[in-house]
Amino acid sequence: MADEVILLDFWPSPFGLRARIAMAEKGVEYDYRDENLREKGPLLLKSNPVHKKIPVLIHNGKPVCESLIIVQYIDEVWNDKPLFSKDPYETAKARFWADFVDKKIYDCGTRIWKNKGEAQDQAKKEFIDCLKLLEGELAEKSYFGGDTLGYVDVALIPFACWFYSYETEGKFSIEEDCPKIMAWVKRCMEKESVSKTLAEPQKVYEFVGVLKKMYGIE
Amino acid sequence: MAGEGVKLFGMWASPYVLRVIWALKLKGIEYEYIEEDLSNKSPLLLQYNSVYKKVPVLVYGQKPVAESLVIIEFIDEMWKHNPILPEDPYERAMARFWAKFVEEKFIPAIFGTFSKLGEEQEKFMEEAKKNLRILEEGLQGKKFFGGETIGFVDVVGGWIAYWVPVIEEIIGIKIVEEESLPLINKWFKDILDFNIVKESLPPRDKLVALQKVYREMLLGSSA
Repeated sequence: MADEVILLDFWPSPFGLRARIAMAEKGVEYDYRDENLREKGPLLLKSNPVHKKIPVLIHNGKPVCESLIIVQYIDEVWNDKPLFSKDPYETAKARFWADFVDKKIYDCGTRIWKNKGEAQDQAKKEFIDCLKLLEGELAEKSYFGGDTLGYVDVALIPFACWFYSYETEGKFSIEEDCPKIMAWVKRCMEKESVSKTLAEPQKVYEFVGVLKKMYGIE
Repeated sequence: MAGEGVKLFGMWASPYVLRVIWALKLKGIEYEYIEEDLSNKSPLLLQYNSVYKKVPVLVYGQKPVAESLVIIEFIDEMWKHNPILPEDPYERAMARFWAKFVEEKFIPAIFGTFSKLGEEQEKFMEEAKKNLRILEEGLQGKKFFGGETIGFVDVVGGWIAYWVPVIEEIIGIKIVEEESLPLINKWFKDILDFNIVKESLPPRDKLVALQKVYREMLLGSSA
């Protein structure tokens, strides 16, 4: 029986992008559904009653919520091209750093475009500090997963299409402070699963403009 | 069971550390416990967890693992008997979902009931109760989230059974009422009755005394 896979998502969401990239890597066919977050549809509300958020992966009628949990689920169900190492210690490190991305990158990035002045400077500094720590973890590897995309790559690369927005709003260059991360982004973009999936940075930037209007930010 | 070279850096009153202790005990793994003075962290701890500088840190064969949820999954993968997470991918996703819910929703709410006063405290109180009602649904009438025995969500969230009555005593307000949260109440009792839990809880009077001091600090600093 054919699998039915639906992804409830929102096109610029870095969290939704994680699920899309994981499925692109694994060659999973799915029905992508863009949600109107200001008027959430009944399927979303039914599938994620606790948080009412995207992304939600619905596999043969069963919903899985929370992006990193979805990515792990995808990895466990479609288990060729594994995103994790066989070594439990390497896997633990990957979980640690993906959790770090979750705790820090979205928050700092959002604070960059939502703020000005000192608050923005603080956010920029923290953002760069976090990327530098990630550079340390990447070290001399091509990807966080080694020779191929792994869990941390999937967790982090979606934010790359938001870098242009952070840089433009914050008037700084990520390349200047974190060249290794930008080199890593370039390598990821050589993969179709990434380049064909990521949202266009210019479109994301236009979307940030819309958000700023909505929040009454100048 | 030999877990040669397993060390756990912890602090006696930390629920995050307690989670890891329960995971180790479920697997019957022997470990060396190192108590940290959090006001004077050891150079080893700072080296092993340079990113957050926090406990718990598990060290196995000289390799450190930090963050309690990451540590529990590591333990489960390293030692495959007595599994903590279910085998089925969907059930695993549900277990991880509820663990994350405890972390991101319940903990800030319960912390708010403890660290705030007046209207703000009431707001957090309602939030904590709402979260417990949602957690009750996740239990789905089972004895534990893990079924007949404790599993991932019980290990991650079970500390609540011990800490909530302590918090209630200190703030002088009841959060978990039997009538409104009967299943959570029962889960609390079953958790506290579970053998490895019973034998590893921090002493109550010491915990109450410490939390009282901590609360005064928190209330004082927001004045």
